[in-house]
Amino acid sequence: MRQGEISLAGILALFSLYLMWKSAELPIGYMRGQGPGGGFWPFWLSVGMLLSCVAIAWNWWRGKSPASVSDEPLMDSFGWLTVLHVGGGVIGFVALISVVSMYGAVCLFLVYYLRFLGRHSWVLTLVLALLLPVLLFFFFEGAMQISMPQGLPFTQPFFDMMYDIIY
Amino acid sequence: MEVLSFLTSGVLTALEPINLGLILIGVTIGLFIGAMPGLGSVNGVAILLPITFLVPPASAIIFLAAIYYGAMYGGAISSVALGIPGASTAVATTFDGRPLALQGRASLALVTAALASFVGGTVATVFFTLFAPLLATVALNFGPPEIFALMLLAFATFVGLGGDDIPKTVFSICFGLVLATVGFDTISGEPRLVLFDIQGFIRGIGFIVLAIGVYGIGEMLWTIEQTRGEVTTTNPKMTAKGLASDAKEAVQRGWKGTWIGSILGFFVGVLPAAGATPGSLMSYGVAKMLSKTPEEYGRGSPDGVAAPEAANNSASTGSMLPMLTLGIPGSPTTAILLGGMVMWGLTPGPRLFIDESEFVWSLIGSFYISNFAAVLINLAFIPLFIWMLRMPFTILAPLIFVLSIVGGFAASRSMHDLWLIVIFGLGAFFLRKFDYPLAPAVLAIVLGPIAEPTLRQSLLLSSGDPSIFFTRPIAGPITVIAIILILLPAIKMLRSKRRVAAD
Repeated sequence: MRQGEISLAGILALFSLYLMWKSAELPIGYMRGQGPGGGFWPFWLSVGMLLSCVAIAWNWWRGKSPASVSDEPLMDSFGWLTVLHVGGGVIGFVALISVVSMYGAVCLFLVYYLRFLGRHSWVLTLVLALLLPVLLFFFFEGAMQISMPQGLPFTQPFFDMMYDIIY
Repeated sequence: MEVLSFLTSGVLTALEPINLGLILIGVTIGLFIGAMPGLGSVNGVAILLPITFLVPPASAIIFLAAIYYGAMYGGAISSVALGIPGASTAVATTFDGRPLALQGRASLALVTAALASFVGGTVATVFFTLFAPLLATVALNFGPPEIFALMLLAFATFVGLGGDDIPKTVFSICFGLVLATVGFDTISGEPRLVLFDIQGFIRGIGFIVLAIGVYGIGEMLWTIEQTRGEVTTTNPKMTAKGLASDAKEAVQRGWKGTWIGSILGFFVGVLPAAGATPGSLMSYGVAKMLSKTPEEYGRGSPDGVAAPEAANNSASTGSMLPMLTLGIPGSPTTAILLGGMVMWGLTPGPRLFIDESEFVWSLIGSFYISNFAAVLINLAFIPLFIWMLRMPFTILAPLIFVLSIVGGFAASRSMHDLWLIVIFGLGAFFLRKFDYPLAPAVLAIVLGPIAEPTLRQSLLLSSGDPSIFFTRPIAGPITVIAIILILLPAIKMLRSKRRVAAD
């Protein structure tokens, strides 16, 4: 944790510098008759971020934060594996949206999570994985008039069938 | 007496069968829309606006106002049950609502939220009835320096009262404010902070993207990792007797926050461009500041749920005031209501109370009825939301992920934003591991679009002289209080050092 705290502060300080540089693409000072330039506000806020990182590093050096005096690892192997399975599942879910549509991705994600991570029965898994996308379809496309991504063309027959029901 | 007679007639109009029916339907729709992460009152009102052409204008605005009310109640449900603020007005509700749910006291949190919302809405409606024209004049005196001072005060409550690591809190606030500047500079119209030259950033970063990332993904990952997947929300039970005892406890432990939120929320809501979000945040901060047990805040204090919930309902009523009396909308939802009124052939402004008094008083009458209907419908649905929490976490967690992603897309309609949600979620998880408070960043991205233009307009007014924030009669005291709050941790530290040295 100790090493992680200072590494994170370093990464955030670098990001703050990047934001300062990026903000300076627009004027960061006061322009007569026009007021502060477009970069003024984000630039000085990025300076605030950088100074906060310096203060975090100072506290780390003095051992004032809990993480700075902890010898524990950031996460054990179980923690990393959990984050990998769950976080990876969410990344996969979002990646699949452009392929199998939002509703298809919801269905596949629920099968993955409920059956393989949650170890629920196939019956419960399939009921939820099939029912929820259909309910979401009626809520968003029918009631709220919000169109979700439809993925690649092979999903079109499904959408045509569903639109026939709601229109 | 004249007011009473107008009000009686307004209430009677609101109780007509068609209007009462519209109130019940509107509140229920609003409740569910508000409870859905990513959707808020603005979506409900915007989507259902065309339907209102089927009924007279008075019934139409009553229906839309009922949706607005319902959504304000519904925002708390998502904050408590899922831990995701459904709308920016419910961010502060997660601070104590979620811990209560995790302690198995979700019913207490939801009942407190419902009752506080009811009191907030009713108090605001009474203020509205009595002082509408007078307050509209006061609100007009709030220019950019006053609004910026108010924003500063909202952030100061977090630095001064947060209790978290101060540099990390300041980092979080600055980070949220910078994220709010991504996209276009609203004053010069030039693209700004298009990060890594990715074109998706030109559209800016919405509040909901960060909020869903932090609470819907990051917080969930953190909970799963911390509890090794063995999460239960301590199996909350819900009975009629339990509901009554929760109501009693909510009154006993949440009355102070309720009153603070009701009064403060209304006055902040009345200010043009401020609205319910700063109102709820400031009420939370003030309630914590005035509490005898501030250490309970953030760990499941009913007062911490009551203050923002009373405030957001009170402020939503308050924000109708500048809309009706001045034609200035106080929030995005009232902007749509204003558009609706114009379409129905009404002209909002000082003459509305004279020219269209029947319409105005029907609306005010409907506030009382909507509020009453909303609390009853909300309490009736609490067992359903509690049942949701009793699901095994291995079912609830994927449902929350799904609602986060689907709701995130519904709010932004952009795959770029969905990827941002995932990145913010993973980032939030690691920041949380190192005790970076993330709520200030979420608040900052909400308040940033108000804070920046008001700061720049103020400096333009004063030719770059920052003393404008100290010399004006309203902005001055607010700025001074904000600075004292910002310095509070340093003062506390010095005092404790001196005490240690004396010992």
